[in-house]
Amino acid sequence: MAARNIAPDTPELRERWGSFSFTDANREKADWHIRKYPEGRSRSAVMPLLDLAQRQVGAETDTQGWLPLPVIEYVAEYLSLPVIRVLEVATFYTMYNLVPVGEFHVQVCGTTPCMLRGSDDILEACYARGMKKGHTTDDGLWTLTEVECMGNCATAPMVQINDDNYEDLTTERFDKVLDALAAGETPKAGTQEPGRHTSEPSGGPTTLTAMVDANHDYRSEW
Amino acid sequence: MLADKDRIFTNVYGFQPWNLDAARKRGDWDNTKDLIGKGQDAIIDEVKASGLRGRGGAGFPTGMKWSFMPKESKDGRPSFLAINADESEPGSCKDREIIRHDPHKLIEGALIAGYAMRARAAYIYIRGEYIREAETLQSAIDEAYDAGLIGKNSSGSGYDFDVFMHRGAGAYICGEETAMIESLEGKKGQPRLKPPFPAGAGLYGCPTTVNNVESIAVIPTILRRGASWFSSFGRENNHGTKLFQISGHVEKPCVVEEAMSIPFRELIEKHAGGVRGGWDNLLAVIPGGSSVPLVPAAQIMDAPMDFDGLKELGSGLGTAAVIVMDKSTDIVRAISRISYFYKHESCGQCTPCREGTGWMWRVMERLRVGESTPAEIDMLYEVTKQVEGHTICALGDAAAWPIQGLLKHFRPELERRIAERENAMPEAAE
Repeated sequence: MAARNIAPDTPELRERWGSFSFTDANREKADWHIRKYPEGRSRSAVMPLLDLAQRQVGAETDTQGWLPLPVIEYVAEYLSLPVIRVLEVATFYTMYNLVPVGEFHVQVCGTTPCMLRGSDDILEACYARGMKKGHTTDDGLWTLTEVECMGNCATAPMVQINDDNYEDLTTERFDKVLDALAAGETPKAGTQEPGRHTSEPSGGPTTLTAMVDANHDYRSEW
Repeated sequence: MLADKDRIFTNVYGFQPWNLDAARKRGDWDNTKDLIGKGQDAIIDEVKASGLRGRGGAGFPTGMKWSFMPKESKDGRPSFLAINADESEPGSCKDREIIRHDPHKLIEGALIAGYAMRARAAYIYIRGEYIREAETLQSAIDEAYDAGLIGKNSSGSGYDFDVFMHRGAGAYICGEETAMIESLEGKKGQPRLKPPFPAGAGLYGCPTTVNNVESIAVIPTILRRGASWFSSFGRENNHGTKLFQISGHVEKPCVVEEAMSIPFRELIEKHAGGVRGGWDNLLAVIPGGSSVPLVPAAQIMDAPMDFDGLKELGSGLGTAAVIVMDKSTDIVRAISRISYFYKHESCGQCTPCREGTGWMWRVMERLRVGESTPAEIDMLYEVTKQVEGHTICALGDAAAWPIQGLLKHFRPELERRIAERENAMPEAAE
């Protein structure tokens, strides 16, 4: 099990986050999520609401966001749940950040398929920039986490940074991505291999070649 | 090789748009009303006759699973379809391609499957890390609602059916069906004891069937082309087409749809550009995602890639996530990293798994550097046997099997490392 502990409940934390509430836009989204579940089952919406809350904290702090205890309490109140029911969800699922993170959460996949394709080099490239697993750099730019399989195995190795994946990485390609992010640019997401579109074999698909240039309808060949 | 016209996921690489308009031109949502018009029993019979076995790993016959659902609600409880898009098994990356490039196949399949099992709604549980994929899927669902394909009087069939998306938040265990149901209810994803089985009491205590994305997304095409078309591929009991995901030490890793039972060598040669460094350089293969035991090169080269063929080799097809390892691989580290994965993902509910996964990983890490004894290898095997079969869900088994596979096929390598370390430090060995 992954050890997951929440940030200490201090007067400063209360001071900063005690008055947290959803923005109007997020309130609308939260209520839309709640309506997806049957009458009386609003507890089901706890995961999407925690995600919304984390994103709002992120927007307010210019980071990926995290879940201070008062924010968790707010979500509990929103859903009329005991705080522990929300806290146990927040601590169980690894995508909820329980401590502050940097502007960019660099999540390097290190599971075997990525390891076989060179994720060690990607981690080294992170260390070379002063990143350390489980820490945020002093400039507040990078938080490094080694994560478990992200499901991009045919385009390994890969890194997820905030909401985007960068795949088919080499040290050089990865450095370019990080440089672009640091410069405030938006690098192209997905595979970084020149000429590769998604998960087709590099160099061009071995199947379905008619689909490359046209939205081919195969039904006439059935 | 499977002909392109017989591939179900024609936009698997996303060269063309995923949207409704483009999907319709490829044949999706074509007269769905008539497919539904066949009636519930006829649909289930067709799926049974097609030989489709669940694509999420266990390979349970899909049509039979649906037939466990109640035909009528005696107490007013609705039924639900839960679609497992929590693709997290190391090596697996096929559902992602369906969701981001062919989402309408999944949504149309959800409607037809939901109708066949008399469900009120489908919840698609997508793993939290698939952020952009979830955005695409939700947009596709919205399109389908706007076009009247789902919702009230879905596709003009007279059947009311909703499709909802629920995002996970980073827990492999939620791919286990009862953990997924717990998570959908807003709880920690800790598996439930079975019985009761979900078909009796699942989501909100209502009858529920949990199916993998690929199992659901192939349904419309099976119904359009007929069970005999689908069952014409693959060996007896292993029918159909399948998305294979080839990763690791091949020249060109890729996702590709092929006929079931394709020989391993043909799959790798035709689509992945061969093994890095040639076939003599192949060490071992994990043929179905991290949970299944590895198979040494000599045994897998000409094996048919299907449920029964790989079972005969002491492994399994799993999700058809083929992880190829060449002779440069530190095989002990490769498996130890998988052990770490299971330690990380254990939900902590059952003691043998919570304690065992960490214990096994720590021993594996010492074996990696030879810091052990031959007797400890036997002890490790014993512990895997104590974890296996002694937990509520199969995560304990999944943590045990890769290690058992390593011990079965690479014990001499483990002993070599122990001897090498002893020789390097004679005083420590005394």
